[in-house]
Amino acid sequence: MSMWKHHGKLERHSLLLIIGIVLVVSIGGLVEIAPLFWIKNTIEKVEGVRPYTPLELAGRDIYIREGCYVCHSQMIRPLRDEVERYGHYSLAAESMYDHPFQWGSKRTGPDLARVGGKYSDSWHRDHLIDPRSVVPESVMPPYAFLAGKDLRTQDLKAKLEAMTRVGVPYTQEQIDQSMTDLQAQADPFSSDAVALRRRYGDKVVNRDFDGDPARLTEMDALVAYLQMLGTLVDFSTYQASAPANER
Amino acid sequence: MTYETIARIAQQGGLIYFGLIFLAGCAYALWPTNRDVFMHAARLPLEEEDL
Amino acid sequence: MNRVSGSNETGSLSGSILLACTVLRGLMFAFAAAATDDPLYRFQALIVVAAAVVGGFALNAAMAAGLLVNDQSKYMDGVVKAGVIATMFWGAVGMLVGVVIAAQLSFPELLYFPEVGWLNFGRLRPLHTSGVIFAFGGNALICTSFYVVQRTCRARLFGGVLPWFVFWGYQLFIVLAATGYLAGITQSKEYAEPEWMTDLWLTIVWVAYLFTFLGTIWKRKEPHIYVANWFYLAFIVTVALLHIVNNLALPVDLLNHRSYSLFSGVQDALTQWWYGHNAVGFFLTAGFLAMMYYFVPKRVGRPVYSYRLSIVHFWALIFIYIWAGPHHLHYTALPQWAQTLGMTFSIMLWMPSWGGMINGLMTLSGAWDKLRTDPVVRMMVVAIAFYGMSTFEGPVMSIRAVNALSHYTDWTIGHVHSGALGWVGFITFGAVYCLVPWLWKKDRLYSDKLVEWHFWIATTGLVLYICAMWVSGIMEGLMWREYTPQGFLAWSFIETVSAKHVENIIRTLGGAMFLSGTLIMIYNLWRTVRLPSVDTSDALAAPLPAAA
Repeated sequence: MSMWKHHGKLERHSLLLIIGIVLVVSIGGLVEIAPLFWIKNTIEKVEGVRPYTPLELAGRDIYIREGCYVCHSQMIRPLRDEVERYGHYSLAAESMYDHPFQWGSKRTGPDLARVGGKYSDSWHRDHLIDPRSVVPESVMPPYAFLAGKDLRTQDLKAKLEAMTRVGVPYTQEQIDQSMTDLQAQADPFSSDAVALRRRYGDKVVNRDFDGDPARLTEMDALVAYLQMLGTLVDFSTYQASAPANER
Repeated sequence: MTYETIARIAQQGGLIYFGLIFLAGCAYALWPTNRDVFMHAARLPLEEEDL
Repeated sequence: MNRVSGSNETGSLSGSILLACTVLRGLMFAFAAAATDDPLYRFQALIVVAAAVVGGFALNAAMAAGLLVNDQSKYMDGVVKAGVIATMFWGAVGMLVGVVIAAQLSFPELLYFPEVGWLNFGRLRPLHTSGVIFAFGGNALICTSFYVVQRTCRARLFGGVLPWFVFWGYQLFIVLAATGYLAGITQSKEYAEPEWMTDLWLTIVWVAYLFTFLGTIWKRKEPHIYVANWFYLAFIVTVALLHIVNNLALPVDLLNHRSYSLFSGVQDALTQWWYGHNAVGFFLTAGFLAMMYYFVPKRVGRPVYSYRLSIVHFWALIFIYIWAGPHHLHYTALPQWAQTLGMTFSIMLWMPSWGGMINGLMTLSGAWDKLRTDPVVRMMVVAIAFYGMSTFEGPVMSIRAVNALSHYTDWTIGHVHSGALGWVGFITFGAVYCLVPWLWKKDRLYSDKLVEWHFWIATTGLVLYICAMWVSGIMEGLMWREYTPQGFLAWSFIETVSAKHVENIIRTLGGAMFLSGTLIMIYNLWRTVRLPSVDTSDALAAPLPAAA
C-alpha cells in the first residue's frame, strides 16, 4: 500500500493515466491516417478532375445544407452490381477537391456519384419540387422552396478564397471572375461562357438549370452541381492499370 | 521516404506497439504486489459514505 | 440561466470570473451579430447573446443571494440533479425526433411540407442523432461522471462554479447545434455536423470538463483511482482529441457561419470515420462502461467480478478501438491495407468488448435473484446483454464480404440502434433509476410496477425495431445485387425502396414504443421526486404533499 501514498501536488497516478491514454489512442490513429497524406504527393492527378465552378460550389453548399449526404452516397464500390447500376467505380482523385468529402454512409436513396447527365434539368427540377410526381414510391422530401429562393452570392468570392486556403488550386483569375462565371453558367445566352469554359474546361455547359430565366435561384445551383457529378473523368481513356492509378 | 515505406513501417510498427502495450497492461494487472490494491479498489463503490 | 444550489461559504471568485467572461462573450457576439451580413451567422450569434444575457443575470442573482457556495464538507449534487433532468428531457426530445423521421420515411406524402425546408428528413436526422448521442448520452455521461468521481474519490467537485459552467455551457452547445441543424448550418460530417463557431465553444466547455474531472481526482482522499474513472477519463481525453482533429477547418470568414474542412476526399473520409467510430468507442462505449462499473456493483451490493480483468480490458479496448475506423470504408477509394487493418482490429475488438460484458454480468454472481426482484438491475443486465450482442454484430459487419452486403443498408441502422437503445439507453435508464432516489434522498422509486412497464414496452419496441431493420437491410442488400437469369439487374432502385414500406412502419412503431417507455420513466421519476424525503431536514425544507 505504501507506494500509493506518495502523491504530491502534481498528482502522479492521474498524469500517468492520462499520458498512457494519449499514447495508446493517438499513435493508433497516426499510424493509420498519416501515411495517407503521402498519397497526395505521390499519386498523379487524374485527367479531367478540376475544382468546382462557382455555381457548382454554391450548389454543393446547398446539397450539404439540406443534408442530402444523409441519404445519398457518392462512392461507387468496385462490385459488379454497383458498377452496372451506377457506373464506373469512384476514384480517389474524383473527390480530391471535396472539402469535406461527400461519400456518405447510407443509401436510403440511390448513389449520386455519377448522377450527372443521367436525367434532364427539367426532370431534376420536377423531382426536387415534388419527388413523387416523377417517382411515385419515393420517400424523398420535397424541395420546392429552392426554386423560390434567390441564390446568395455575397460570400461567393470569400468561399473560393477559403477553398484556396485549404488547398484547392483556384487561380487568382478564377477568384476575381467568380461572380461573372456564376452568372454565365446559369445563362444559356451568356457572352461570358467562353471565358468560363477557358477557366474550367470545355465540358462546362451554361444552361438555365431551373427553367426560370428571370431569376438565379438555389435550384439553379443545386441542379448545376448534380449535373456535373461524376462527369469529369473520361473513362473511355482512363487506364485503371496504369502505374500511377494503381495503389 | 516513399508512401510504400511509410505504410510498411506503420503496419509492422503498429503490430509491435500493440503487443508491447498489451503485455504491459497484463503485467500491471497481474503484478503480485498490486493484488491488495485491486482488492481494496474493487470495494470502493460499496464502502463510500457522505463526505 | 444559472440556478445554483448548495449551502454556505462563497465561491465568488470563480463566479466573478465566469460572469466577466459571460458578459465579454455576450458583447463580442452582439458586435458580431451587428457586423455580419450572413443571416445564419447572425441567428447563431443572437442565441449566444441571449444566453449570455440570461446567464449573466442569473449568475449575478445567484451570487448576490449567496447561492454560489463551495462547502468542501459536502458533495456537489445540485449539478448532478440538473444533469439528470437534462438527460431525461433531451432523451425524450431526441427520441421523439427519431420517431418523426421514421414516420416520414413510412408516410412521406403525409409528413413533408414542400415549402418548409427545416422539417425535411435531411435537417431532422442530424437533430435526432446528435440529440440522442450528444444531448441525451452526453448529459448522462457528464452528470454520472460528476456523481461517480466525487463518491469514488471522496472529494467535492473541483473548481467552484466550474461544474455549473460545464453543465450550462454544454446545454448552450446543444441548443446552438440543434437550432443550427434546423436552420441548415452543418459541415456534413456525420455526428460532427456543428459548424466551427459551435465546435470552438464545445472545445472550451470540454476543456473545462476535463479540468473539473481531473481536479476532483487530484483532490481525492483515496490513493487508488477507481476503474470507472479510468473509463471516464479515457472518454473525456479521447473525445477532446477526436473532436479537435476531425473538426480542423477554415471558416470562410470570421463573420460567416460556413467553414471548409482542412482535409479533402480520402484523407477527410478516413479522418471522419476515425472520428466516427471512436465516437462510438469512447463516447458510447468507454463512458457508459464507466457507468456500468459503478452502478452495477453499487446496485447489487457486490464488488466488480474481476478488477484485474477490468484493467486488461480497459487498455485493450482503448488501444484496439482507435484502429477500427476504416471498416466504414470497405471497397471505397481508401487504400486496401488500411481497410484490412481496420477490419482486423474490429474483429480483435470483440475480445475486450466481451471482457467488459463478462465482467459486468458476472458481478451479479451470487445475486442473480435480483434479476427477478429488482427491475432496475434487470434493465442494466439487459443493457449489458445488448452490449455483448452489438459488439458481436459489429465485428461481423466489419468483415469485408459481409460489409459488401450490409454497408449502405438499414442493417447498419439496426446495428446502431441495438447499441444505442439497448446498451446506451438501458444502462442510462438503470443509472438514472438508481440516481434519482439517491440524489433526492428517497428510500425508493415511486413505482417499481412502472419500471416493469417501462422495461417491457421498451424491450419489445427495441426488438421490433432491430428485427425490422435486419429484415429490410438484408433484403435491400440482396435485392441491389440480384440478377435475372438473363444477366440483368433484377430490381430498379425504387423497387427496393418500396419493398421496405412495411418494415419502415414496424420500425416507427418500435421507436414509438421505446419513446413511450421513456415517458413512463419521466412520470415515475417526477413522482419519485415528489415523495417525502427520508432525510428529515430535507423533508422540512420541501413541504410537498405526500404522493399517493
